[in-house]
Amino acid sequence: MTEDTIWAFVADAPRQASDIGGRMLPPRWGYLNQLWQPLWDTLNIATLGTLIGVIIAIPVAFLAAGNTTPSRHFVRPMALLIIVTSRSINSLIWALLLVAIIGPGLLAGIVAIGLRSIGFVAKLLYEAIEEIDENQVEAVRATGASRVQVIDYAIIPQILPAFWGISVFRWDINIRESTILGLVGAGGLGLQLQSSLSTLAWNQVTVIFLVIVATVVVSEWVSAKVRRAVL
Amino acid sequence: MSRDVLNPLTHINISNGKKTVLELKSLSKTYKTGDRALTDISFSVPAGQVVGLIGPSGAGKSSLIRCINRLVEPSSGSIYLGETELTKLSGRALRQARRRIGMIFQEYALVERLTVMENVLSGRLGYVSGWRSFLRRYPQTDIDQAFGLLERVGLGDHYNKRADELSGGQRQRVGIARALEQNPELLLADEPTASLDPKTSRQIMRLIQGVCREMNLPAIINIHDVVLAQNFADRIIGLRAGQVVFDGPPSALSHKALTCIYGAEDWDQVQQSSESQNDEFLFSNAKVLELT
Amino acid sequence: MTGAITSLRTWKRPPVLLKDPRWRWTILLGSAIYLVLAISSVEVNWFRVYEGLERGWKFIQGFLSPDFNSRWRDIQAGLVESLTMTLTSTAAGVLISVPIGIGAARNLAPAPVYMFCRSLITLSRSFQEIIIAILLVAMFGFGPFAGFLTLTFASIGFLSKLLAEDIEGCDSAQIEAIRATGAGWWQVVNYAVQSQVMPRLIGLSLYRLDINFRESSVIGIVGAGGVGATLNTAIDRYEYDSAGAILIIIIAIVLVVEYSSSYIRRWAQ
Repeated sequence: MTEDTIWAFVADAPRQASDIGGRMLPPRWGYLNQLWQPLWDTLNIATLGTLIGVIIAIPVAFLAAGNTTPSRHFVRPMALLIIVTSRSINSLIWALLLVAIIGPGLLAGIVAIGLRSIGFVAKLLYEAIEEIDENQVEAVRATGASRVQVIDYAIIPQILPAFWGISVFRWDINIRESTILGLVGAGGLGLQLQSSLSTLAWNQVTVIFLVIVATVVVSEWVSAKVRRAVL
Repeated sequence: MSRDVLNPLTHINISNGKKTVLELKSLSKTYKTGDRALTDISFSVPAGQVVGLIGPSGAGKSSLIRCINRLVEPSSGSIYLGETELTKLSGRALRQARRRIGMIFQEYALVERLTVMENVLSGRLGYVSGWRSFLRRYPQTDIDQAFGLLERVGLGDHYNKRADELSGGQRQRVGIARALEQNPELLLADEPTASLDPKTSRQIMRLIQGVCREMNLPAIINIHDVVLAQNFADRIIGLRAGQVVFDGPPSALSHKALTCIYGAEDWDQVQQSSESQNDEFLFSNAKVLELT
Repeated sequence: MTGAITSLRTWKRPPVLLKDPRWRWTILLGSAIYLVLAISSVEVNWFRVYEGLERGWKFIQGFLSPDFNSRWRDIQAGLVESLTMTLTSTAAGVLISVPIGIGAARNLAPAPVYMFCRSLITLSRSFQEIIIAILLVAMFGFGPFAGFLTLTFASIGFLSKLLAEDIEGCDSAQIEAIRATGAGWWQVVNYAVQSQVMPRLIGLSLYRLDINFRESSVIGIVGAGGVGATLNTAIDRYEYDSAGAILIIIIAIVLVVEYSSSYIRRWAQ
C-alpha cells in the first residue's frame, strides 16, 4: 500500500484539506435549483430499481429456500448462484458494466439497482421462508391443497411481514446507493456531482452533499416508519 | 384375516356390523435414518367409531396418523379409505383423497396471520379452483357451511379475527371447524389436547366426540392422556414400539394392559378419576398382546 | 352488528394492511400515478440499448470464459492493494471504534463524551464510502492510502454504533455487581462489560471485514486504489474477459470471507 502512495501528497494533506474546505464554503445555494430534476431521477432509480429487484427476487427466493425448492440438487444451487453473484457485486460496479453495455442514463441505473437488489432481497426472503412454522404448512397440505395453494395459504401469510420489511429496507439502501451511481454515468445526483468535481466547483459539491444527506435521512425515516407499521 | 384372530371382540361388540371406512393392512414405516416407526399394523375403523390411539412417546402414534393421509410415506402395506387405496395415489388423486380426511393438530397449526374464516375455508382448498382460493371467493355453500361450523364450535362471532388473537381452546375449535369444512369421511387428530389445560381439553374432546356422533364420522385420536381417551373414545388402540399391543373397548384397559403399553407404573393413581373397573373380568374380554 | 352480518352469510376477506378504505385508495392511486410519472421520466434510447445487447452478450461470454492471464499483473496488484486496505482499515477501525463505542454508550459515558462520540458516529454514517473516498482522494492524492482512510472512517461509524448499542444492552445487574465491589470505572469496563461484549465485537469486526472487502473493490473507481481501478480500466477498454475474471475473483473472495467469517462467528459464540 505504501509504495504506491505519493507521500508528498500525504504530507500536503492538511493544506489541501483546508484549501478544499475553504472552497467548499460558503455553499452556492443557487445551485439547488438545478438539483430538483436529478433528485427526482435518483428517487426513480431507487424506487423502480427496487421494484424490479423485488419482483425477480421473489421466485428466486422460493427456488432457493430448502423447503420450497423443486429440486435440491439442481434448481437450488442455481438460485443460490444468482443470489451470490448479485450480492457480491456492488451496485456501482453493476452500473459501470451497464453503462458500458446499454449506454449512460437512468435505465442503466435502474437495472444496476435492480440487479444488486435481487441477491439482497432473495437472500433475506429465502431465510425467512426457511424459518416458517412447518406445522401450518402441513395442516394446509392435509386439506388436499395443491402446491400453489399451500404457498398462498400457509407460506405467504407467514413471510409477508418479513417481505415488506426487507423490501423497504432495501429501498432505503437503494436511495443511498442511487445518489452516487451518476459518477459512472448512470443518472441522478451523482451526475451533477461528477460534473461539479471535474470543474472543481467545490461550493456546488457542498450543496450536493447536503441534498444527499437530507435525502438519506428522509428515506431512513420513511423506511423506519413503514417497517414499524407492517411488523 | 389376522386381525380377526387377534381381536374378535372389536368387530362383534364395537363395529356392530357397520360399514368399514378405513382399513389398514400390515402397514409399516421405516424412516430414512433406519428408525423403525411402525411394524405390521392392521386394523379397520367402521363409520362413527371414535378410536383413541394411546402409547408412550415415540411409539409411532404420530407416524401412524400421518401415514393415513400420506403426510408421511408408508414403507409398505396398504391403506383403504372406502374403496380407495391411498398408498397407491400420487399428485392430484392424492390431494383429492386428502380432502376426504380431516385432520386436527397438536399445536392447532392454524395459519396464524389469516382470519378465522380463511382458516376454516382453507378446508375447501382441495375442492375449489386455484383462482377462487387466491381471491378468497369461495362458493356460497362453502361460506354457509363455514358459518354453520363456526356456530357449532361456539365461535360464531369471531370469524374476522386473526387466528393469533384467539386463545388455545378457541384455536383448536377453529382447527376442528377447518377439518369438518372438508366434509371428511374420516377425522384424524394428532394430540388435539396436548397444548390445552385439563378443562379445555375435556371440552375439546367432548366437542370432537359430539360432532363424530352427529355426523356418524369415524375418528382416530392420537392422545397421551389415558383418562381422556377412556372417557371419550369408543375403542382404544395401544401402540408400543410401533406395534399394536392392545385393541379393545376403553373398559378393558386394565392395569395389565397399561403395563403392556407403557411399561410398569402404579396405574391406580392414573385411573383414579375413571370408574372403578373389575380388571380381571374386563381383561378377559380384550386380548392383550404381550411383547416378547 | 355481527348478527346482521351472519344472517346475510356473505363473507369478504377484511383488508390486511390499511383498514380505512379511503387511505387504501389514496395510497393505491398515488402509487399508480407515481409509477406512470416515474416510468415516463425515464428516457430510453432503445436503439442504443439494442446495440448494447450485443455487447451485453459479449460480456456474458467474457464472464463465462474469463481471461485471467493477459492482465494478471494488474489484477494481482489490485487484489493485493484491496486485501491490504481491507485488513489494515478493519484493524484500525476496530482499534479506534472501541473507545468511541464505549464513549457512545449511555450507561458508561458522561453526557459530553456521549454527545461528542454520537455526533462522530452520525457524521461517519451519513456519508457513504464513495463520497468520503472522493474527498480523501482530493486531499491525499490517488492511491490506496486514501482508500485505507476511507474504509477506516466508514468502519468507525459502523462498529462504534453497533458496539455502543451492545454495551447499552448489557446486563446491568452484572455491572452493578462489579460496581458494588468498589471497582473503578476502568475495572467495571474490564470485568463486567468486556466479558459480555467481546464475542459480539469479534462478530462485528468480521462482518465489517466482509463489508470492507466489498467496498475496497469499489472505491478504486474514484481513484482510491484497489482492484476497482483495474476493473474500471478493463471495462473502459471493453476487455470483458478480463473484467469477467476480476468479477469472478471478487465473488470468490467475498464468498470465502463470508463463509469463514460466519464460521468463526459461530465458533466465537
